Amino acid sequence: MSVLDDLAAKAGDDDVVGGVPARLVAAPASTEEAAALIAAARDLAVVIRGGGTKLQYGPPPRELDLIIDTRRLAGVVEHAAGDLITVVRAGTPMAELHGLPGQQLALDAPPSATAGGTVSANASGPRRLRYGTARDLLIGITVVRPDGRVARAGGKVVKNVAGYDLGKLYTGALGTLGLITECVFRLHPVPPAICFVRATAPPTEAAKVLAGQFAPSALEINAGPGTAPETAVLLEGTAAGVRDRAAVLARLLGGEITDVPPPWWDTPPWPTADGLGLKLTSVLSGVPGLVAAAVDAGLTIRGSAGAGVLYAGAGCTADNTAEALRADEALRADEALRAVEVLRVAAARAGGHAVVLTAPEAIRDGLDMWGPVPGLDLMRRVKDRFDPRHRFAPGRFVGGI
Amino acid sequence: MSGIDALAVRLRSELSPDQVLTDRQQLRTYECDGLANYKVIPALVTLPRTAAQVAAVVRACAGAKVPFVARGSGTGLSGGALPHADGVLIVTSQLREIVGTRPADERAVVQPGVINLQVTKAATPYGYYYAPDPSSQQICSIGGNVAENSGGAHCLKYGFTTNHVTGLEVVTPDGDLVRLGGAAPDTPGYDLLGAFVGSEGTLGVATEVTVRLTRLPETVRTLLAAFRGTDQAGAATSAIIAAGVVPAAIEMMDALSIEAAEAAVHCGYPAGAGAVLIVELDGPAAEVEAQFAEVSALCDTFGAFEIRVAADDTERQLIWRGRKSAFAAVGRISPDYIVQDGVIPRTALPEVLRRINEVASSHGVRVANVFHAGDGNLHPLVLFDAGVPGEAERAETVSGAIIDLCIEYDGSITGEHGVGVDKARYMPRMFNDTDLDTMQLVRCAFDPDGLANPGKIFPTPRLCGERPGRRQGVHPQQVAGVAEIF
Repeated sequence: MSVLDDLAAKAGDDDVVGGVPARLVAAPASTEEAAALIAAARDLAVVIRGGGTKLQYGPPPRELDLIIDTRRLAGVVEHAAGDLITVVRAGTPMAELHGLPGQQLALDAPPSATAGGTVSANASGPRRLRYGTARDLLIGITVVRPDGRVARAGGKVVKNVAGYDLGKLYTGALGTLGLITECVFRLHPVPPAICFVRATAPPTEAAKVLAGQFAPSALEINAGPGTAPETAVLLEGTAAGVRDRAAVLARLLGGEITDVPPPWWDTPPWPTADGLGLKLTSVLSGVPGLVAAAVDAGLTIRGSAGAGVLYAGAGCTADNTAEALRADEALRADEALRAVEVLRVAAARAGGHAVVLTAPEAIRDGLDMWGPVPGLDLMRRVKDRFDPRHRFAPGRFVGGI
Repeated sequence: MSGIDALAVRLRSELSPDQVLTDRQQLRTYECDGLANYKVIPALVTLPRTAAQVAAVVRACAGAKVPFVARGSGTGLSGGALPHADGVLIVTSQLREIVGTRPADERAVVQPGVINLQVTKAATPYGYYYAPDPSSQQICSIGGNVAENSGGAHCLKYGFTTNHVTGLEVVTPDGDLVRLGGAAPDTPGYDLLGAFVGSEGTLGVATEVTVRLTRLPETVRTLLAAFRGTDQAGAATSAIIAAGVVPAAIEMMDALSIEAAEAAVHCGYPAGAGAVLIVELDGPAAEVEAQFAEVSALCDTFGAFEIRVAADDTERQLIWRGRKSAFAAVGRISPDYIVQDGVIPRTALPEVLRRINEVASSHGVRVANVFHAGDGNLHPLVLFDAGVPGEAERAETVSGAIIDLCIEYDGSITGEHGVGVDKARYMPRMFNDTDLDTMQLVRCAFDPDGLANPGKIFPTPRLCGERPGRRQGVHPQQVAGVAEIF
């Protein structure tokens, strides 16, 4: 246990994941240190923590001994501007990658989120319509496997088909296959001009935008009970090009051109603590129906009508006094559970899925947060190969993985 | 009755007799793919017409522990569809239905034998197309594209097959039909779809493919810029990228490949050009016009002595004709040639080209360079005459040296042709033992018996150990002497 003693410290009061306290916390500063730590921690249940912006997502770990904090594993290792790539350590804050000189990692994420966490959570935002998601932008990866061995896949060039694309496997795996220590990303130039076109318009209008020649970088909608549905489009490009497109688009939607996004842009429609939040996916033609189902169920829904990825949510216990909470919470919990059921059906009808990202404590226990997932048998086999003793984030992933 | 004979009997009853070939002359038709210097006659060929039939064939193979190899149109350039002498070849070209074209969802659902260009043709009436456009798009199949993660001239802006496939139905090496991904994005769970695309048939056989359709751009502008040499053309390429322009394509040809193209298709490129760049921009008209002016100016600045702009689609086709014919055209100036496929960081282009020329001249071998300059994907054509003793060996040496350069410059041993059988030996140079072992953990999860396209990608198969709760005993590949413990 000597290596572990050197690298890990006793956990503090904040070292808790989904209500489960950890015994130890460690913050390795290099891939080598992380490998030594993970090799020494071979009997421990491990959860990886980056910026902590999505740590409340998903079911709690079945067990938890050690939190590996990646924030010391930070920094841009290389920014090859001429090759439009960057090599970064996993704990690098996204804020740093959004503002590389003249270039950007075009992946929407909170500034304090880490690169590795964003990849692990497969987080994305409005601009996924133009730039894709982590799976499209990640071109190389270094990981420490659960057995403590260091492996790389991909590389430093965008075009590369040598070997399996393990980066895709680790994208969205929520730390269940080991620790990502380094990422290589494809970068994009910062566009010379941007603007937004905002309109009060139902989600059915999105089809018109897609059928046009606007080349939108984002096409977002927002709808909720008692509010008029809105559509907002991000246009990027040359100053003249953006101006021309925006003018035509504003006429089409009956909207206005602005320099800033609407306040709901890239913001989850649920409170940070104790709300109900779902990620919904759909084929594009199914988006209006899915939006209607969410609003009918009393939820606010927003997201990309251009990509078919939406977020729905509600603040479940807000504005309740402690006294009133108990009776009221039962009712609200009931409503929340029913909303999840309704949205599972609606998302399936739309060819997609409804995943509960976060839910109030009161209903978490009775909730299948992931819902039905195709290909689960193969996923279990992958997990068994990478982490045969199921030590990494046990129970946090689909099907209890 | 041998194992294969028994398998043939079983498959003839499960499929129809005419879908199972065992006649040696018929089998010989399938002895190679687009990389014809590797030839293996398969033990048996099947021509399934449905996903259920593919599953039946794979299940029969799994039961008999017989290896199987899937093959689409057979245009691959790394020997990925090279048959196994004791195995079954599953030809997917009978599965050629476009199941649905859904422009409102920006998706098409196609069977694996559908030809790449047919997807675009089906989508064009609705104002959409299928973006990945390998040079072989008139004949290559979508199933093969999925296996190889095919690229094309326009992947600089639009990405590769993996960025355009959202769902698959696959037959696993156990013979089960499983769906990975779907028409909607971000299916929960591991991105097995992402792992499958580009796995070169080693994780199973795709039987249905859901692809993303892309809106046809409002405007396409194409220019041809002639330079005195590749250094200038390379510098212009870097300048275009540095200016923040992301063209749909930037292609480069050097003097020798221009000579070949002229001989073959009379493309009429500017006389005296030591290199040409083809730059294509697409998108909203106003954007394209502004960027097109910038690109022209940059080509001018970096020494282009002639810039031709395609005035219409016919002129655009003419500019592309030289480039698209380049591989075949090299046959006009050399009896034999090796098509290499490697990647380097774009900024290293001039330096690497110089070193390729040094290696080539030191071995007395000519190399024609054709490449996707925008993303640093080189396609050097190494020329030789197999009739002259020693030339083939020298060409092989030069071709290998080019791959060494790609590794030395932190690039890749393949940008779009795949590893297949041809480059498996280079994998340990690009990846260490643990890297390869980790990839093979995925292989073991899908295919613990190593029956799906064995011998491709990995120089040494990994023994997977036992599946929890399944068969015990010694691994059949170990018994057969084809595998060692990793």
